Amino acid sequence: MPAWLDKIGFRLILVVGVTAILIIGVFSYFNIRSHTEVLLAEVERRANQLSETVKYSTRHDMLFNQRERIHRQIRDIGEQPGINRIRLLNKTGEIVYSSKPDDIGKMVDKNAESCFVCHSDQKPIERLTISERTRVFRLHPDSVRIMGIINPIYNEASCWEASCHVHEPEQKVLGVLDVTIPLADVDAQVQSSRLEMTIFALVSFVALSCIIGIFVYRWVEIPVHTMVTATHEIAGGNLNHALPENRSDELGQLARAFNHMTRKMAEARLQLFQSDKMASLGRLAAGVAHEINNPLTGVLTYSSYLMKRTASQPDIQEDLKVIVRETLRSREIVKSLLDFARQSVPKKSAADICEIIRRSLSVTENQLRLHRVKVETNFNEDMPHVVVDSNQMQQVFINLLVNAADAMSESGGTIHIHLARINLSPYGTTQIRKALCNKNHNLMSPDIKINGLPTIRLKAKSEGAEGFLYLDPIYGSHQHEYGILSGNIMSLQCPQCLTSVINESVRCPKCNALTYSFEVAGKGVFRGCTRNGCDWQQWPIMDEAGVREFVEIKVRDNGIGIPPEDMSRIFEPFFTTKGQKGTGLGLSVIWGIIDNHDGKITVESIPGLGTTFTIRIPVKS
Amino acid sequence: MSSIKDILAVDDEPVVLTAINKTCTSERLKVDCAESAAEALKRMESQDYRLIISDIKMPEMDGFQLLAEVKKRGITSGVIISTGYATVENAVHALSEGAIDFIPKPFTADELLSALYRGLRYGTIVSSENKSGNILPYVPCPSRYYRLGYGSWVYPERDGTAKIGVTDLFVKAMENLTAIELTPMLSDIYQGNSCAQMRDARGLMHAVMCPLSGQVIQVNEELTEAPSQIEKDPFFEGWFYRIIPTDLEYELPKLVSCSSDRL
Repeated sequence: MPAWLDKIGFRLILVVGVTAILIIGVFSYFNIRSHTEVLLAEVERRANQLSETVKYSTRHDMLFNQRERIHRQIRDIGEQPGINRIRLLNKTGEIVYSSKPDDIGKMVDKNAESCFVCHSDQKPIERLTISERTRVFRLHPDSVRIMGIINPIYNEASCWEASCHVHEPEQKVLGVLDVTIPLADVDAQVQSSRLEMTIFALVSFVALSCIIGIFVYRWVEIPVHTMVTATHEIAGGNLNHALPENRSDELGQLARAFNHMTRKMAEARLQLFQSDKMASLGRLAAGVAHEINNPLTGVLTYSSYLMKRTASQPDIQEDLKVIVRETLRSREIVKSLLDFARQSVPKKSAADICEIIRRSLSVTENQLRLHRVKVETNFNEDMPHVVVDSNQMQQVFINLLVNAADAMSESGGTIHIHLARINLSPYGTTQIRKALCNKNHNLMSPDIKINGLPTIRLKAKSEGAEGFLYLDPIYGSHQHEYGILSGNIMSLQCPQCLTSVINESVRCPKCNALTYSFEVAGKGVFRGCTRNGCDWQQWPIMDEAGVREFVEIKVRDNGIGIPPEDMSRIFEPFFTTKGQKGTGLGLSVIWGIIDNHDGKITVESIPGLGTTFTIRIPVKS
Repeated sequence: MSSIKDILAVDDEPVVLTAINKTCTSERLKVDCAESAAEALKRMESQDYRLIISDIKMPEMDGFQLLAEVKKRGITSGVIISTGYATVENAVHALSEGAIDFIPKPFTADELLSALYRGLRYGTIVSSENKSGNILPYVPCPSRYYRLGYGSWVYPERDGTAKIGVTDLFVKAMENLTAIELTPMLSDIYQGNSCAQMRDARGLMHAVMCPLSGQVIQVNEELTEAPSQIEKDPFFEGWFYRIIPTDLEYELPKLVSCSSDRL
C-alpha cells in the first residue's frame, strides 16, 4: 500500500469528500425530480388548455358539420411552435381530423399509446382525470420525448338533436381529441440542471479537500513531523532537544508532556551518571582509606603514646600535640572522603569560629605565601559559639582559601575574611529538613530538588490529573513543582501510607481554600494552602522563635572571578575549571558540609574583580 | 600450657603491630603479635590469650574468617575487630558475628587502650559468669530490647520513636565511670558510628557505638549531671536518647534481640 494512503490527512479528505458527494447527490436527485415534475405539470396544464381550446373552438363547426373549417382550424393551431400534432379520432379509431393531413383516414390501434389508457380494460371508460389522460412517450427510442393528452368528446343533447343526425343518443363518447407536445425543452432544462449539480458536487469535493488538506497539514502534519524528528533526536541521545510549547491545543499538551518526559529522562540520566561516578569514587575512597589508615595508625599511636610518656615535658608536649591534632585531622579527611561517598554526617560540638578560621589560616599559610596572598581579617572576640564539626568547618575554610589563592594572578592579591552576627527572619530563610506524615513516614524527596534542596513529596489529585507534588522546603518560598497537576488540588496524601495531609477544619485565611499540614521532625506543625498560587504558609514554632541569629562569614578575594555561565554549576560535584589540577569536589563538599550544619552558602562574583563566598551558620541557643 | 597472656594482636602491617605492642607494653600488658591469621591460630594452639585484636583485610584469611575459626575451635577469648576501612557495615557485621568490639583505624594510644581494657574486663566478667553458675554478675538486657554487640541497646516504642542506651555489661566492663558526653538535640546519629563518649577513672574515653540511625529528639540531660545513675539502672532511668529512626526496618534485623538471650 502506498504511504500516502495511510496518512490521516488523506483519510480525512476521503471521508469528508465522500460524505459531501453523498449529501449533494441525494439532494440533487430529489431537487431535480421535483423540478422535473413542476416542469411536466406546466406542460401538461398547457397541453390540456390547448386541447380544451381546440375542443371548444371546433364545437360549433362540429354541430353544423362544417368539416372544412374544422380541418383548417386544427391545421392552423397545429402549426404553432411547441406543438407536435393535433388529431381527432372517432370511436372506431379512425383519424378524422389531424394537423398532419397525411394521417387522416388512418386507423389507430386500440392498443396504441393514445388509446391504451381508456381501452386497457377492454371497454371505454367514460370519465378520466387529467393525469390519466396524459402520457409521455417516444416515437423511436432515440427521438425526443413527447407528451400526449387525450380529451374525450362526450355525446350531448345538441349532438343528437343537430340536423346532421350523425350520432345516436345512446352513444356516450363520440371520439377523442389527441394533442401531443414535444418535451425537448423540459428535457434540456433537466439535463443542464444535472450537469450543474455534478459540477457543483465536484467543485465542493475539491474545495473541501483543499481546505481540510491545508488545515490538516498545519495542525497535524507539521507538529507530528516535528515530534517525530524530536523523538529521533532523543532516541539518538540528544536529551536537550525540546519541542516548541506555543500551541494551546492537544498537540501543544502533548509537546509539553513530551518535554517534561525528556527533562525527567535527562535528570535520570544525569543521576545515573552521577551515581556511577560516585560509585567509582567510593571504590577509590575505600582503597585510599585502607592504604592510608595503616600508616596513619603508626603515626597516631606512636605520637599519642609519646605524648603520654612525656607528660612532664611541656616543650615536647606542644610539638606532639600538633602531630596528634594534624593526624586526627588526616583521619577525619580520610573519613570524610569515605563519608562523602557514603553521605555521612558531622560530629558537632560548640566551637569558636574564629579559632577554626585561624587554624585553617595556619595550615594554608605556606601556600598563601607562595601565591603572594595577603589575608585581612576582622576577628572580634565576642562572636558567639556555633555548634559545628570543627574538622569539617576547617576543611571548608581551607578549601575556600586554597580556591581564592588559585584565583589570584602571578602578582598575588588579598583575601578579606569578614565575620558578623546577623539576624534573619525565619520566613523565607528556614529550611524544612525532615517532614513527617501522621504515621511518621518521611516525606522528603532527595531526588527532586528546588534550589539544590530536597523537596517535600506529596501524592496529589487535582481536577483530572494525579501525580506528585514537590513543595519548596524553604518556609515562605514558593517555587513548588506541581508536575502535571493543574487547577484545584482535591486530595493530598503521604506517598507511603496514603494518609491525607489535608486539614478539613483549618481554612486558608487568605483565600479560604483547604489547607495541608505535616509534622516537621522536632519542630512542630507546618501548614500551607493547597491552592496553586496562594502563598499562605504557617510554621508557628519558627514564627514564635522569631528572628534567628546567624554567624556570617564572608571570604572575599580579588582574583579572576567566576564567569557568569559557570555560576550555576560551581557547587556541582566534579565541576572544575582547574583541569587536571582539580577534582571538582572541593565546593560540592563545602556545600554538603554547610548544608549538614543547617547553614547556607552563597556566592557573588564579578569577573576580573573577584569573588565573595558568604557562609551563614545558625547560632543555637 | 604456659600462663595466660593478655593480648594477641593480628595484622599484616608490621607498623601497626609494633604500635600496639609498644602501647600495651607501656601499660604492662603481655602481648604477642601475629602477621597473619594462620600464624595467630598456630599461636593459640600453644598459648591462651584473654583478648585477640585482629585486622579485617589480610591476605589468605581475613579477620572475619579468623573470628569464625576462633568460635569454631571453642576458644573463649574475646575478639576485637579493627580495620582501616571502617564502615558501618563492617562494624555491625563484626559485632553480629560475635566480635566484642570494633575499633576503626587509625586509633590513638588512648582509644586503643580503652577498647583493650574494656575487652579484658569483659572477658573477666563473662568467665566469672560461667564459674558462678546461676547468679549473673551483670543485669541482662530486658526482653523486647535489641542490642548492638554487648554495648548499646535500643527499645522501639509504639509511637514510632526509639530509646537508646548502653548495657549494664558495657558499664561494668569500662570500670568507674566519671562522666558522659552526649550529642546535642536534633543531631543525626548513625548506626555503627559513635554516638556518646563515656570517661572512666583512668581518663580514657569509651565511645558508644550507636545501635540505630535517626534524629535525636530528646536527650536524657540528667545523665550528664549524674552519670552514676547509669550504673544503677542502665535500661530504664539511664537511657541516653529518644530518636526518630530513619530506617528501622532495615537496621533492626542487624541487631541481636534480647528476648533470645534468655532462652
